[in-house]
Amino acid sequence: MEFFLQLTLNGLVVGGIYALVALGFVIIFKSSGVLNFAQGEFLMLGAYVSLTIMSAFNVPFWAAFALTLLFSVVLGLLLERVVLRPMLGQPAISVIMVTLGLSSVLKAVVQGFWGTDTRPMPAVFRTDPVMLGPLPVSRGYLWSLGCVVVLLVLLNLFFRRTRVGLAMRATASSQQVASSMGISVRHVVALAWVIAAAVSAAGGMLLGAMRGGADGSLAFYGLKVIPVVILGGLDSITGAIAGGLIIGVLENLSGGYLDPLLGGGVKDVAPFVALVVILMIKPHGLFGGSHARRA
Amino acid sequence: MILKVAFCLLLLALFALPPFLSSYWLDVICRTGIAIIGAMGLNLLTGSTGQISLGNAAFLAVGGYATAALAGRFELPFFAVIPLAGLIAALIGMLFGIPSLRLRGLYLAMATLAAHFIVAFVATHWESVTGGVNGISVPAPKLASYELDDDRKLFYLIYPLAILLLLFARNLARTRPGRAFVAIRDQDLAAEVSGIDVYRYKLLAFGLSSFYAGVAGSLLAYQARLISPENYPISLAIDYLGMIIIGGLGSVLGTVLGATFITLLPELLRLASSAAASHYPGLVELFASLKMGVFGLVIILFLVFEPHGMAARIKSFQRRWS
Repeated sequence: MEFFLQLTLNGLVVGGIYALVALGFVIIFKSSGVLNFAQGEFLMLGAYVSLTIMSAFNVPFWAAFALTLLFSVVLGLLLERVVLRPMLGQPAISVIMVTLGLSSVLKAVVQGFWGTDTRPMPAVFRTDPVMLGPLPVSRGYLWSLGCVVVLLVLLNLFFRRTRVGLAMRATASSQQVASSMGISVRHVVALAWVIAAAVSAAGGMLLGAMRGGADGSLAFYGLKVIPVVILGGLDSITGAIAGGLIIGVLENLSGGYLDPLLGGGVKDVAPFVALVVILMIKPHGLFGGSHARRA
Repeated sequence: MILKVAFCLLLLALFALPPFLSSYWLDVICRTGIAIIGAMGLNLLTGSTGQISLGNAAFLAVGGYATAALAGRFELPFFAVIPLAGLIAALIGMLFGIPSLRLRGLYLAMATLAAHFIVAFVATHWESVTGGVNGISVPAPKLASYELDDDRKLFYLIYPLAILLLLFARNLARTRPGRAFVAIRDQDLAAEVSGIDVYRYKLLAFGLSSFYAGVAGSLLAYQARLISPENYPISLAIDYLGMIIIGGLGSVLGTVLGATFITLLPELLRLASSAAASHYPGLVELFASLKMGVFGLVIILFLVFEPHGMAARIKSFQRRWS
């Protein structure tokens, strides 16, 4: 039972990060119809930039967190303007390929700057665990979960309560109507990239802080959100959050119980098995609209 | 006419080449021929039918492991092994194509991404067939007692096969399925209204593309002689997408150019960086990242400035001079 609870909790913590990254993925898809395969590189870059800021300027984690978010905002704006904007009106395949190219370039940049070895992150959280009933829980996990919840609430308020958020939702439901109402679709798309880059970087920093370091495997999280968004529904923000948590728990449980039987690596493949099953039985996901039509 | 003659002369020159090449360049040229086959399949799917597959590395792996089993365990001759490897890859591909191609949109990209990781998992864990992480060895292709045991001999297996498969792909464009593919790419609803069974033809295109990948994987296994899961990273699947983007979507000429370019790119970079290594000793360590960065950059630049690829460049050049 304790094993089960531990796995579930780990799953929720990682799932929270998936939710953040999936949110970025969904926001870009909703505003411009682009599947962004460079999402994981945003996450990886966030972790590396924050650890460099922490060690170079000797600032606390929260300051590095804020500075890295700022960096991601600039990066998102820059990439959207330089790489994605010229692709407006091109077929979806080309735009997807651009994000794949982008992911290669970003990976190369990270390796060029930081090398391929694991970079340690200065200790962020105290190492003694908190007792939740009988269950010892690491402080990093709780902080991470807390940060994810705060970020999700803030984003939700932004979408529901601000004019810009309304403009984004309007654009998501119809680009044409939105632009005829005087909303600048280009600005909305740019903002979507900024948000996606920032939330992914936040996820990367939290992961880096929990693991105590950053390495190239962080980019894999960008691919793991694909099952998440399929489960949640490609065009649903609620779905991204629910899907993130479910996939996080699913992969930890299946990894925990099946790894001894199958000999390791189940955790990384389970989300993709889930993806295929979801496509078979419920292709538009738990919360997705009717866009997933039969051909 | 002149073009055709020039083309035939070029082919003849190509086939006369192997005896004069070093083993290094023979290896590169053989890998280029294999890449051309794999990329041609992907181009039928992506260029003609408008669907994206991230599963090319996985289907290469399926073809490779099928070859290891059929040629190693059952000792079949290569002319049976290669088509069977293609068929097995096509069947495995269908497993992932069926749920995703029923849907409109780019769900195949996601299902094939899943295929990639599932195949990689099976390749690492099904040790009795795949040899697990240590890999499995593949015997040289055999015809009676004659063995094609080096690249110089393999060349004469790979290139005729590549030409055959390219011709098939080119002629396919003029048949009913070929036209159906293009109709689906351009407007799937319109295609459906014109009486095309969209699902069936998408599945056919994907099956063909996996077949080509399986054949390429089989040849690759015959050439490498030892295959293991790490030969098939996800970046390989992206390389293949890069080939057809850079070469030109939906174009046979583009497939050849793109596959050649992407296969030669790391070799040229390696030459350049070892030449520059005396001035910048750090460069050799950075080689993997350099390769990846240049690859990504080339893709982005092509998509932004020449979205129709190298083939379009050549076509417009041709028009200007003829």
